[in-house]
This record gives sequence, C-alpha cells and structure tokens, in this order.
Amino acid sequence: MSRKPAQHPVLSSSPSPDNREPSRQQNDGVVTSETDRLIACHDCDLLHHLPDNRTTTLLCARCGAVLRRRKPATVERSLAWITAALILFILSNSFPFLAIQSSGLVQETILLSGIHELWKQGLHGLSVLVLLTCVLVPLVQMLGLLYILTPLQFGRTPAPYAGSLYRFIQELAPWGMMEVFMVGILVALVKLGHLATIIPGISVFSFAALIFVMAAAFASLDPVLLWDHLDLRR
Amino acid sequence: MNNKLTTALQLGLINCHDCRQLVPVQQTKTRPNCPRCGARLHQRKPDSLTRTWALVLTAMILIIPANLLPITVTTTLGTKQADTILSGVIYFMQTGSWEIAAVIFIASIFVPFAKLCILIFLLLTVRFRSQWRPRDRTSLYRLTELVGRWSMVDIYVVTILVALVKLGAIADIEAGPAAVYFAAVVVTTMFAANSFDPRLIWDVLEEEV
Ligand SMILES: [Zn+2]
Repeated sequence: MSRKPAQHPVLSSSPSPDNREPSRQQNDGVVTSETDRLIACHDCDLLHHLPDNRTTTLLCARCGAVLRRRKPATVERSLAWITAALILFILSNSFPFLAIQSSGLVQETILLSGIHELWKQGLHGLSVLVLLTCVLVPLVQMLGLLYILTPLQFGRTPAPYAGSLYRFIQELAPWGMMEVFMVGILVALVKLGHLATIIPGISVFSFAALIFVMAAAFASLDPVLLWDHLDLRR
Repeated sequence: MNNKLTTALQLGLINCHDCRQLVPVQQTKTRPNCPRCGARLHQRKPDSLTRTWALVLTAMILIIPANLLPITVTTTLGTKQADTILSGVIYFMQTGSWEIAAVIFIASIFVPFAKLCILIFLLLTVRFRSQWRPRDRTSLYRLTELVGRWSMVDIYVVTILVALVKLGAIADIEAGPAAVYFAAVVVTTMFAANSFDPRLIWDVLEEEV
C-alpha cells in the first residue's frame, strides 16, 4: 500500500499539488489545495471529495455519518438565536422557579438559591454538578458564541482567541444538560404532587423556551464556515 | 488495492478532531498542532482502548453502590424510609404513576447498564479484530454518545426534591449516598464514550484488504 498522496487513486484524478496553483503552496507546506478538497469521516476515517456545490448535505458513503450540512445565513441566524437565548437565560435566573404551597404557606425559590440550598446541606458535589451543567456551561456557550460571532457579523477580523474559545465551546457541548434538567423538574412535580401544591414559576416556562432557542442556535451554526473565518493562518 | 475506499490514515493524513482540517502526518513531526485551529493532532484518539477500559471498569465498580445504597432517605412523622433506585421504581409502579416509574427505570437503570454493555461489546470486538457489521457498531457507538446524558434525570429529580421539600417543611427528604455514586457513574460513562475512537472499528477492514 502506497502512502504517497500523488500515487493514490483518490488523488490521481486531479493533477499533483506541485504543478497547480503554486500561489497556494506555502513554504512551510501548511496548505495544499489537494487536502482542502477532501474531507475525512470523523467516525470511520473514509476520505470523500468535497462537491463543488455546497448546497447539499454530505453523508459518509460507508458509515452514514453527516459530514457536512449547509446552513444558510449562519452568522446572522445564530447571533439572533443567541441574543434571544441570553434574554431567556436572564429571565430564568431572576424569576421564581417553583413555589411550594403547604398549610397556607407559600415559599418561592429561584434556580440559584435552590443550588445554594443543596450546598448548605453538604451536597457539594451535586450542587456543583447542577450549577455546571444547567447554569455555567450554557452561559459560557452563549457568551462565547456572542463574542465569536459579533465581529464576524460586522465583517471585522475575528476577536482574539476566538478559535480556541470555539474549540472549548465544542468540547463543552455534551455537558450542557438543560433539557435533562427540565425532564427532572417534570418528574419532581409529579412526585411531590401528593405531598404539597407546587406552582411552576415564570422561570420554568422561560427555561423551557431557552432549551429550544439554544437548540436552534446550535442547529443554525455552520462549523465549516466558522472555521473558514477563524483560520489561524490568516 | 482497493480503488473505492481510501482512508485519511492510508494517505498519511490526520483529520483534525476539532475543525476537520486534513493535515499531512510529516508536518506534525515539526508542528504537532493543527495549523487552522491549533488543536493537538492525533491519528487516532490517544490510548483510546486503555482509557476507555479504565473508565468502563471504574463505572462498573461505581454502579454497584449506586444501585444498592439508598438514593433518598425520607422522614415523615418520625419514620425513616430509605429508597434505592429500584425500590423507588417499584413504589411508583405500585402507586399507579407508571409514567414516572418508566422514566426512572429507563434513565437510571436501563440506559447506564445498556451503555456499559455496548461499550464493553465495542471494546471486545475491536480487541479481537472483528469485522462484524462495522456500520451497525458505529451506530451503536453514536447511540451511547447521544443517550448517556439522559441518565442525569434522577440526579436532578433528587436535587430538586431535596431543595424544595426543605423549603416547604412538609417532610424531610435527604439525598442518600447512592446519589453521589450514581452521578459519578453518569460522568465516567460519558468520559468513556468520549475516549473511544469509532475509527478503530473500521481500521481492521483496511488492514485486511
Ligand atoms: Zn464514515
């Protein structure tokens, strides 16, 4: 098996990198026009040619993974969704979350005071886990994307460390668990239903909306286009 | 030589894990980071099998106290009642709230065990260089990545109950020791799924051709 690119069937269909577009060849060999036309599957490593029209969704021929999906007006749309998400996030954290009514007494709690309550009871690990997965991770994701996308929206050069920040946001993605927390709230409401009257506050509704808005923000984000902007070589 | 299927590995290219830029291996000898996004480049996730095995075994040990110890301790009118995850499910089945019983059973018992079984299955098939249905095994892997987070539901339920009930002074619910073990199981299995490299499933196929 040959490991030289020029002799390989995938690349032999187009001329070798040495005799085309010499302007794109940098001295340190960082960019070759050949590798820019290929994409490797993240799940099975199979190489694919990038189609010329970028309107289609590209699926891996071997394992079915989504390799690339075109997102129209990605910067504007994600920015709009993230602004909406930030407003909902502020609402969710400033209004009462749940109110509990027993023997004529109504007690209200906001999300953060609930987490503080856990900490006071000595459940430090659990309260940190809830704080991270339901408050801090989504907040860092929103503020980070706002910081990255705003300069791009106005056609400026990317903000400093935008690339590293975006990588960090990608790594954080599995740890934002607001939707799981929402299901937890529903189960807790039913569980406590026979003990006391629980009244969901404004915060619960804005929190539910926040989940959908955040999902929309990430769905309208095109990582490929973003990396074209954030390229460290520029 | 197979004309149709070529992988980045065979061409001596590394697929950047973070920005999907293809970088020739020779280049990483002088600069180990991705020229586009600055991420550290690896042909495959480093020590994927060892790390995943270590995390899976840790989760298998933690899952025992998570299921045997009480997850909540309820005190009503002086009587204490300790509930494990399973006894909670049975209680809700008996009292007729089968939806809650189903949610907790799926999220807290079925998903963690299924996830561990799938990861062990994937680790063993890669270890014994199996060529059995690589596409289906990749789908199984994607499923474990997608579904693992939902096991956190019960942890959230317990934390909400503890915070709320203290507030309302109706009864006294405390989180039992299993809550911490169970949260640790969820976090470790998420890290385990993350450290497994699905491309290892496919690497055997190219070596055989
Ligand atoms: Zn693939």
